[in-house]
Amino acid sequence: MSPAVRFQNVSRRFGSVRAVDGVSLDIEPGEFFALLGPSGSGKTTCLRLIAGFEQPDEGHVEIFGETVEGVPPYRRNVNTVFQDYALFPHMTVGENVAYGLMIKGVPRAEREAKAKDALAMVKLAGYEDRRTVQLSGGQRQRVALARALVNGPKVLLLDEPLGALDLKLREQMQEELKTLQTNLGITFVFVTHDQGEALSMANRVAIFNEGKIVQVGTPSDVYERPTSRFVADFVGSSNVLPPEFAAAHGGTATWTSLRPERIDVVSENATTPPYYASAKGIISAVSYQGAVTRVTVVTEKLPLVATISAGTTLHKDDRVMLQWPKSAMVAMGDGA
Amino acid sequence: MTVALQETRRGIGGTISDVFFARPQLLTFLLLTPPLLWIGVVYIGSLFALLLQSFYSLDDFSGVVIHEFTLSTYQQLFEGSNVQIILRTVTMAALVTITSAVIAFPIAYYAARYARGWKKALFYLAVMMPLWSSYLVKVYAWKLILAKEGVITWFAGALHLNWLLNGILGLPVIGGPSLSFSYLGTYFVFVYIWLPYMILPTQAALERVPANFIEASADLGADPGQTFRTVIFPLALPGIVAGSIFTFSLTLGDYIIPQIVGNSRLMIGQAVYTLQGTAGNIPLAAAFTVVPMVIMALYLWMAKRMGAFDVL
Repeated sequence: MSPAVRFQNVSRRFGSVRAVDGVSLDIEPGEFFALLGPSGSGKTTCLRLIAGFEQPDEGHVEIFGETVEGVPPYRRNVNTVFQDYALFPHMTVGENVAYGLMIKGVPRAEREAKAKDALAMVKLAGYEDRRTVQLSGGQRQRVALARALVNGPKVLLLDEPLGALDLKLREQMQEELKTLQTNLGITFVFVTHDQGEALSMANRVAIFNEGKIVQVGTPSDVYERPTSRFVADFVGSSNVLPPEFAAAHGGTATWTSLRPERIDVVSENATTPPYYASAKGIISAVSYQGAVTRVTVVTEKLPLVATISAGTTLHKDDRVMLQWPKSAMVAMGDGA
Repeated sequence: MTVALQETRRGIGGTISDVFFARPQLLTFLLLTPPLLWIGVVYIGSLFALLLQSFYSLDDFSGVVIHEFTLSTYQQLFEGSNVQIILRTVTMAALVTITSAVIAFPIAYYAARYARGWKKALFYLAVMMPLWSSYLVKVYAWKLILAKEGVITWFAGALHLNWLLNGILGLPVIGGPSLSFSYLGTYFVFVYIWLPYMILPTQAALERVPANFIEASADLGADPGQTFRTVIFPLALPGIVAGSIFTFSLTLGDYIIPQIVGNSRLMIGQAVYTLQGTAGNIPLAAAFTVVPMVIMALYLWMAKRMGAFDVL
């Protein structure tokens, strides 16, 4: 079976800027796929290439095995949930949701029934006659979702879908989106700069930097086995160990990632268990963050960050020892 | 240690600021009183006086205004030539408005969607520049262009299109001895003079349609024509209606353009001018001026019912 979306060596330039630079990527049918990266990394341009708002300068984009070169957005069987929702202000909620069906010429009664079902699916039953300006941010998000899904797209594109929502609502919507995707079985491709969002919702993640994909994998792949310093640093924060430091502590002589939560902070003269590495140092900062506390320890060679459960009695300038399992050190190859 | 909680006051200006800070309504009151007085007394007041005049009548024999309430002046509006004047003016205003809207839309659309930087500056300059020169100069310039010996006749001759020009001038009602003595000429000049008032509000309305509405519409399957009909046009409609208020009401009230370019048949503005001047029939002049007001009120009411202002 052909992939839901395939990028073959796709480039898109804006003037002299290569927004997307030689991207190749397969997204499988039914996947919940995240395009993750900092702003300006090319992830949104990739989404727009799938939607048809942009055309590649080089390479091919395929949707379910069909090349979509020159196919305008209105003839692609994909739908988009826009970052700021783009709900039409001169239509009611119901008219917004039924818009795609109205354009296709679906009879009024049928499209109204389908719009009603779609609104019920996003928990907005009975909102048909409201005006969009009367809705909260979370409700607009749901309307935008219903308006896209009612058309039965083969691929649903979501551009920073939860970016404008507050934290509590965002967490709730993450779960709902995930459930919705599982139930519908439609391929979801979403763009985000929030690594937490990508890790919690996606089956697979592609990480973008400067127009290129730097790593593709499952959330645990990219979190636990980053292949580059960029990924180690962007997906969660990480201690990036230089080759000589890693080698001296029982790792390989390459750039190495060590997650802060894998490091224990113990007293200076504790014994180090087997298969553990250790380093002594002085605490330079203790930062309370609610559930966890971040402790920065300056060791002989470099500062290391450890996160430990809250409720610590550690203070700045305490002399401590850091211990971590040698297996927690993940070699990242050339360290690019 | 003492902490300076209060900064020292800075003169009389500081004291006044403090008073207004404590009583914001006072500031609003003082700011609004002069303009409200102006609107209330000068504007509404004169309008009311006008309305009052229209309920008086003129004694045909003595030519004296009789200060008694009567509807007979309004009745005169519906007599023969007066009805003709009203119908003629309203038809002209409607045609000028429709033409302006049709010409203005592509210009406004280009300016709002595509023009950036110096092109946008050029657009504003091109639209506004005609407004900087005297209205009379422009109308007389058009009289010369449209005259029998004018540029258009000359061009038609050079292109061997005299037959076309003569054919157009030979048309009943809208034709005439030359363009400058025909309804067609009046219509051209009206469209030219009022066009900027249609372009600017339309452009402002289109400017407020976010680009991603057009993308969203395309994303949902609408081709450019459908997007235009279902998204762009409805959202631009308040601007077009605003523009049409200008073109329509300005045409209804104008008395100079039809005087200079056109045949001798009167428009409402000319009728008012003649009646209040040489004829001294202030009541009928007042009744005539009420006509455009009633028409505009009806027009706005209809536009509102059609949902033209829903997105405002």
